[in-house]
Amino acid sequence: MKLKEKIIELILQFFASITILTTVGIIAVLLFESITFFRSVSIIDFFTDTQWTPLYSEKHFGILALVSGTVLTSVIAISVALPIGLTIAIYLNMYASKEFKKTLKPFLEILAAVPTVVYGFFALSIVTPFLQSIYPNLETFNSLSAGIVMGIMIIPFVSSLSEDALSAVPKSLKEASFGMGATKFQTAFKVMVPAASSGITVSVILAISRAIGETMIVAIAAGQQATFTFNPTVPIQTITSYIVQVSMGDAPQGSIEYRTIFAAGLTLFVFTFILNSFSFYIKKKYQEKYE
Amino acid sequence: MNNLQKNKLIDNAFKTIGILFTYLGILILAILLYKIIAAGSSRINWDFLTSLPSRKPEKAGIYTAILGTLDLMMLTIIISIPIGIGAGIYLEEYAKKTKLTTLLEINIANLAGVPSIIYGLLGLGIFVRFFNFGGSILSGALTLSLLILPIIIVATREAIKAVPSSLKEASFALGATKWQTIQKVVLPSSFGGILTGIILAMSRAIGETAPLIVVGAMAYVPFVPHSVFDTFSVLPMQIFTWTTRPKAGFAIAASGAIIILLILTFVMNGVAVYFRNKWQKKLGN
Repeated sequence: MKLKEKIIELILQFFASITILTTVGIIAVLLFESITFFRSVSIIDFFTDTQWTPLYSEKHFGILALVSGTVLTSVIAISVALPIGLTIAIYLNMYASKEFKKTLKPFLEILAAVPTVVYGFFALSIVTPFLQSIYPNLETFNSLSAGIVMGIMIIPFVSSLSEDALSAVPKSLKEASFGMGATKFQTAFKVMVPAASSGITVSVILAISRAIGETMIVAIAAGQQATFTFNPTVPIQTITSYIVQVSMGDAPQGSIEYRTIFAAGLTLFVFTFILNSFSFYIKKKYQEKYE
Repeated sequence: MNNLQKNKLIDNAFKTIGILFTYLGILILAILLYKIIAAGSSRINWDFLTSLPSRKPEKAGIYTAILGTLDLMMLTIIISIPIGIGAGIYLEEYAKKTKLTTLLEINIANLAGVPSIIYGLLGLGIFVRFFNFGGSILSGALTLSLLILPIIIVATREAIKAVPSSLKEASFALGATKWQTIQKVVLPSSFGGILTGIILAMSRAIGETAPLIVVGAMAYVPFVPHSVFDTFSVLPMQIFTWTTRPKAGFAIAASGAIIILLILTFVMNGVAVYFRNKWQKKLGN
């Protein structure tokens, strides 16, 4: 009996440690292929060259061309998702009735459950033609449309995390502000948002991390041209959509083209890891503020 | 206009913007659904579901993509559920508050934030190349399992946490061992919560495209897979390939496939919400 209990515990412990193995595996795979990659490509060129052309005969390996596309689409996405998501959070927390909140939540959850490939289709075949009717010079593949749709996708993420942060602010603060004769708007922006700022910051950082890792929307709607540009109307390429492009082709294993996706993946992983760790740090640091 | 009126005006203006933005999300969802249904519903019929992919868009169907999705989901369920629930039980019931446990917890939180395409690179390096499973259903399922593991673990822990400790103590008092208590008391009363988490994880997995592209899902699979070592396509992959084709007919076929994918996703989410509500009522909160 004792033995059986011990064996079960060991099996369960092994299952839990698979999560550690996953992280170790990710880092090992990315490093292993990247180290071989950096034997043939100078790491200085990788970070300073502004051209990325591993699939052409004249090869350049400047990751900045992909980073600029990634930053551009993410900035557009956040400029859509942050104001809308935060306004929804404040509205739901300060103005809306409990019943309204309850009926609305499933709709926002649906918005978050739509597969990203569907959003990509939406960006390319509905949003881009609509934007072109306003601004005819917009190219078929562009970062504007992809960024806006990505922002729409992230809205539920920002609004629900920010709403959680606002709900965690003690009621007494809100009531004190009302007691001083402040309106809901004044209370929201002078009391609630500052008090919940760490939670809101966490939601924004996680949203940025989500945006730079998003793949299918940009792979479908933003094009496949790695250009160092911040012009939202022309085709670009992100780190993620480059990995997709190479995976859809048939770069032979061991070739330099094959290894570029691991070097690009490592860059992406480092970015998201820094953002996620930073948000974790903020969360830990301010968690006990009101307890 | 005095200060009071001005403040009231600002307050009402913000309230209106709040309502507008809140409905904006629903409006966009409605537009998306309307446009896709308008474009794709003409393709939804028995032939579309049972035809192989084709170079001619009006003849192309999603038979192999649907079968691929079903096979992949089945295998992913078989792999990820025991591991996910087991890991959740371990962290909630066995793990002591040590540095190692804290590391496990931080690591799981971090894994949930790793972009899905990175899991694709992991699958490519480990399952496709190192274990030499190739671009097979098995490689895809193993990759997706690792991807959804954090979701299942977190859901299991939340569900177990909600089980009243009095139930557990009663079981221990009757002389039950730890595993007997988990098996007979903890798991049955946390079943609803765990199930909700599993269904949500599956609805996430069924829409995943990027990691499967990297692992080697095919754009064109003209045969039915027979074993877990066969190459495969899935519904989102089929949508992606059709979306990137210039011929107009493929956009219509893609819309049809999207309708099927959305039905699967929404039904799963609906079932998950149903179980969640039922379970929360049972727990009395």
